[in-house]
Amino acid sequence: MSPELVIEKCMRCGACSGACPVNAIFLEEHSPKVSDECTECGLCVKVCPVGAFRPGGA
Amino acid sequence: MSDTLEYDVLVIGGGPAGSTAGRFSARNGARTLVIEKRQEIGSPVRCGEGISLSWLDELDIKDVGPWVSRYMNGARIYSPSGYVLEIVEEYAGDEVGCVIERDLFDKDMARRAAMEGADFMVKTAATGLLWKDGCVVGARVKQLGREFDIKAKIIIGADGFESQVGRWAGIYTAIPPKDIMTCFQYRMTGIDVDPDYTHFFMGSGAPGGYAWIFPKDERTANVGLGVQFSRLDGSVTPKDYLDRFIAGHEGLKNGEAIDMVAGAVSVAHPPERSVADGIMLVGDASRVVDPITGGGIINGMKQARMAGELAAEAVDQGRSDHEYLKRYEKRWRERFENKLWRNYMAKEKAMQLDDVMYDKIVDALSELDLRKVRVETILEGVRRKYPELIKEFEDMM
Ligand SMILES: Cc1cc2nc3c(=O)[nH]c(=O)nc-3n(C[C@H](O)[C@H](O)[C@H](O)COP(=O)(O)OP(=O)(O)OC[C@H]3O[C@@H](n4cnc5c(N)ncnc54)[C@H](O)[C@@H]3O)c2cc1C
Ligand code: SF4
Ligand code: SF4
Repeated sequence: MSPELVIEKCMRCGACSGACPVNAIFLEEHSPKVSDECTECGLCVKVCPVGAFRPGGA
Repeated sequence: MSDTLEYDVLVIGGGPAGSTAGRFSARNGARTLVIEKRQEIGSPVRCGEGISLSWLDELDIKDVGPWVSRYMNGARIYSPSGYVLEIVEEYAGDEVGCVIERDLFDKDMARRAAMEGADFMVKTAATGLLWKDGCVVGARVKQLGREFDIKAKIIIGADGFESQVGRWAGIYTAIPPKDIMTCFQYRMTGIDVDPDYTHFFMGSGAPGGYAWIFPKDERTANVGLGVQFSRLDGSVTPKDYLDRFIAGHEGLKNGEAIDMVAGAVSVAHPPERSVADGIMLVGDASRVVDPITGGGIINGMKQARMAGELAAEAVDQGRSDHEYLKRYEKRWRERFENKLWRNYMAKEKAMQLDDVMYDKIVDALSELDLRKVRVETILEGVRRKYPELIKEFEDMM
């Protein structure tokens, strides 16, 4: 499963979007949005400076 | 609704690189539009706000504007056990200068572009590119819930670290995790640190990166930290590292955080490509942040001037093919690619140092007369005191 965003933690900084190797995250107005292209690599979970992404299914 | 706007040059992203590209494109006669996704140019701030002032002439800026927050006398670099290396302003070249108000800075750069005739649209996000015969000819945008197309002869991607535009255009700009710093910063007030120096802290408190204190006034500073992304496992975040750093620092631990900033910077080698048919990338979007300092404002703006000027030339000549746009790439490479490579190699080495090595190096350096803080000087200093260490660096000499 794709990672899940804990929106209360998100700072909308774009780190996840820049780090996603397949360009699957677009920073929409209020939060990053993960598209179907996601390969579930988990990089966005680790790159987030505040830990706002939860691994998929966790 | 589906109306279409048409411009000569469309700049996507209204950061310092985007506004500067817009400024020089408009100055050279092209009808130019800069679009910015956020509702306010320059805000919220995502920056440590440390900058030198050596670039003003190159960007034809004659007055510094309202954005200088505080001038620095120099920089201090701290090793893990507290050895200190002091670099005074006049010798430090690009690395120290002043601390700015980044929101005012970005707005001032936009103002300068507008004065030259560039149009701006805020709260306007590019959501995809328009194509014709394999060439980028505009962008699909979303503005206040409305979607429409903007056509242009030349597109300039200035969308920062997020850099979707370049990837949409097929320019591969994904960066390996080892070349990404992920950062967290507070603006802290009520602190007690020397307010006339920028402060850099090396070592395992910020794995693969460093912590910084950039003073804004006597008792206030940006206090932040960057960690090499590949050293994060998801259990400890950069924010956690920063909280630890602050708790262990006498001058900071009683201060109060009055804002929070998160973000990432690339500390990658120069990109293989920064143009494709119809499009050029500038600033963080093209990965030209200095790999040692993580500073990206200046390189991005220097590049942006070249891109803006070439965009106007291209419009004049009726050209938008990548062969023509490569002139931009050639210009910026001539200007600073060598330095980027040199600093990238130095960073790769520095990443391998452990705390003991940092202590030894800073100790050795603190005895040097640092007229020029160049890699060679550093190596020479270390060689004198710890000849065995220098083997590590031999392939850079
Ligand atoms: C924590 C931190 C500290 C830093 N400290 C320093 C420092 O002290 N000194 C220094 O020199 N550099 C520093 N940097 C790096 C510096 O912030 C960047 O190099 C600089 O902002 C790059 O400018 P830019 O114009 O290329 O991109 P940005 O300033 O990132 O601007 C890009 C703009 O494009 C907009 N955008 C993105 N996507 C779209 C879209 N689809 N449509 C429309 N608009 C879009 C964004 O909203 C943004 O406003 C720091 C970075 C971080 C994260
Ligand atoms: S990296 Fe984290 S804080 Fe930044 S936009 Fe992504 S989820 Fe939000
Ligand atoms: S899990 Fe990987 S592919 Fe999916 S959104 Fe995160 S970084 Fe991108």
